[in-house]
Amino acid sequence: MAGRPRIVPGVLASFEQIDAATDAIKALRAGGHKDLVVYCSHPNHELEEALETPVSPVRLFTLIGGLTGVTAATGMTVWMNLDWPTLVGGKAIAAIPAFVAIMFELTVLIGALASVVGVIFLVMLGTRRGIMYDPRFSDDRIGVFVPAAADGALALERLFRDAGAVEVRHAAA
Amino acid sequence: MAVLAQEPVINQTHADVTRDVVATLGKPSTGYVLLFFGAVGLFLVGALTLLILIKDGLGHAGYQPPVFWSVYITTFVFWIGIGHAGTLISAILYLFRSPWRTAVYRSTEVMTVFAVMTAALFPIIHIGRQWLFYWLLPYPNQRYLWPNFKSPLLWDVCAITTYFTVSATFLVYGLVPDVAAVRDRVGGWRKLVYKFASAGWSGTNNQWRHYSRAYLYLAALATPLVLSVHSVVSWDFASALVPGWHGTIFAPYFVAGAIYSGIGMVLTLVIPLRRALKLEHMITEYHFDNLAKLTLLTGSILFYAYGMEYFISWYSGNTFEQTTFWRRAFGPYWWAGWSMIICNAFVSQLFWFRKIRVNPTALFVISIFINIGMWFERFVIIVSSLQNDYLPWAWDQLNPTWADWGILAGSFGWFGMWFMLFARTFPIVAIQEIKEMIPLPRKRGAH
Repeated sequence: MAGRPRIVPGVLASFEQIDAATDAIKALRAGGHKDLVVYCSHPNHELEEALETPVSPVRLFTLIGGLTGVTAATGMTVWMNLDWPTLVGGKAIAAIPAFVAIMFELTVLIGALASVVGVIFLVMLGTRRGIMYDPRFSDDRIGVFVPAAADGALALERLFRDAGAVEVRHAAA
Repeated sequence: MAVLAQEPVINQTHADVTRDVVATLGKPSTGYVLLFFGAVGLFLVGALTLLILIKDGLGHAGYQPPVFWSVYITTFVFWIGIGHAGTLISAILYLFRSPWRTAVYRSTEVMTVFAVMTAALFPIIHIGRQWLFYWLLPYPNQRYLWPNFKSPLLWDVCAITTYFTVSATFLVYGLVPDVAAVRDRVGGWRKLVYKFASAGWSGTNNQWRHYSRAYLYLAALATPLVLSVHSVVSWDFASALVPGWHGTIFAPYFVAGAIYSGIGMVLTLVIPLRRALKLEHMITEYHFDNLAKLTLLTGSILFYAYGMEYFISWYSGNTFEQTTFWRRAFGPYWWAGWSMIICNAFVSQLFWFRKIRVNPTALFVISIFINIGMWFERFVIIVSSLQNDYLPWAWDQLNPTWADWGILAGSFGWFGMWFMLFARTFPIVAIQEIKEMIPLPRKRGAH
């Protein structure tokens, strides 16, 4: 049985100002803390730049899904027409131009669904359980969590306060 | 030089946005309850009519030779068209980075999903033996035969199921961060429901990284769907050798008409909704102005398409084409033909005036005309072309019956019921996208 996840020890700071949060993130990264969790109610380019976020690999899922869709549609329409060959409107049995609409639709359908599956997979893969959260992060606060042992927590709290954090909390294992 | 409407200065904070949108999910007003049960009542009328049709057969509907596509197919095309404005606003305007879409796109996306859901009922109702609808799907069967993929009707099945699935996915996907915001503001059993629906969303940098990128791809994939679905619907007609249908202009003409009718429905829904949910400060005249300009553009394309259809029928020298269009204007359905031209081509031209574009009452009245006009457009295309068949002795007029009107009313009830339920259950304004437009506070002042 999985049970409740273990709490990850560390320090959670809450910010009201975006530049205060990015200052703290830059200072933490310069100090070697790369394993940060940053909360925000919406995607924010300044946070992404401060975190030097790489482009998501979800595009591979979209591409593979789209290619699967077009291949499946081509295979399905051609095979079904060859399996039950009927002349319709003077067209060839495997009339590719008439199947383009089906190929297009399946490309879009499977490409879109694969993108969502990709997001679910990648988010689950990159999510650490047991990290502190505050409901205000879905409202108007920005949160920055840095995993740390108890002996380094006070230094981190000072860094956060200097950057402009309005609240700092500690999580102990 | 035309002055473009400027984005309104948003004086709200992020906390205000969350509070105001979450407040729309509170206790419903009397007006809402009345409207909701009105919609349920209409739906029951449609459900009862359908039960009678299933029991007795399609003879109750006005089906008679040579018109076998009538009110049900008219209404099917009408509802499919309604959906298009939703995807245009949510996907295409997202790719164009149009800021005005943020306040209205959620309601238009919801409209899309429920409109396509409504439309999808009509081919099933129309086939008569509704319980055999799955014959349209390519599944192995005892006769070893497959559907005819060379037929536009099969393209339509694929196009509409794809459109519905992708639109619903896009809607649900966009909802997740907003549902998480609601989860963090409510208590009791509702918190449990929203917790489940938010799928563990907490807005971390890892989540946003993948989410935003995939949202872009979903928008990019949904964009060609806007153009393809109604093009495929138009080919149901254009590939047939029927005067009035067999035109190369049909695909762009149908797409423009679909977007035009969809924006009409957006206005019909959003104008009362913003009042009922007290969202006047979020959905402003800036949004109406832009919606009206889009209506003017698509309405003008329709104006051109109507003119071109009449011109080509005359210029072709084809007697059958000429007769069909003469009868559309002066034949037994002249009232439907002129309703379509007046409501679509002419009424939309009122949007050249800014005073009308930003007046919610005028917009609401015009939106009703647009809905009526676009339903009649499909009625005219379908019925007036079919009533004069290849065999003159078989020519006959279609007289819609109570069964036609019952199902039509039921479709509005079905659509309205779902839309209103959604508006009370989930944020009808996209919280996170509105917040993206509002600058966050800075310790070093604005940059």
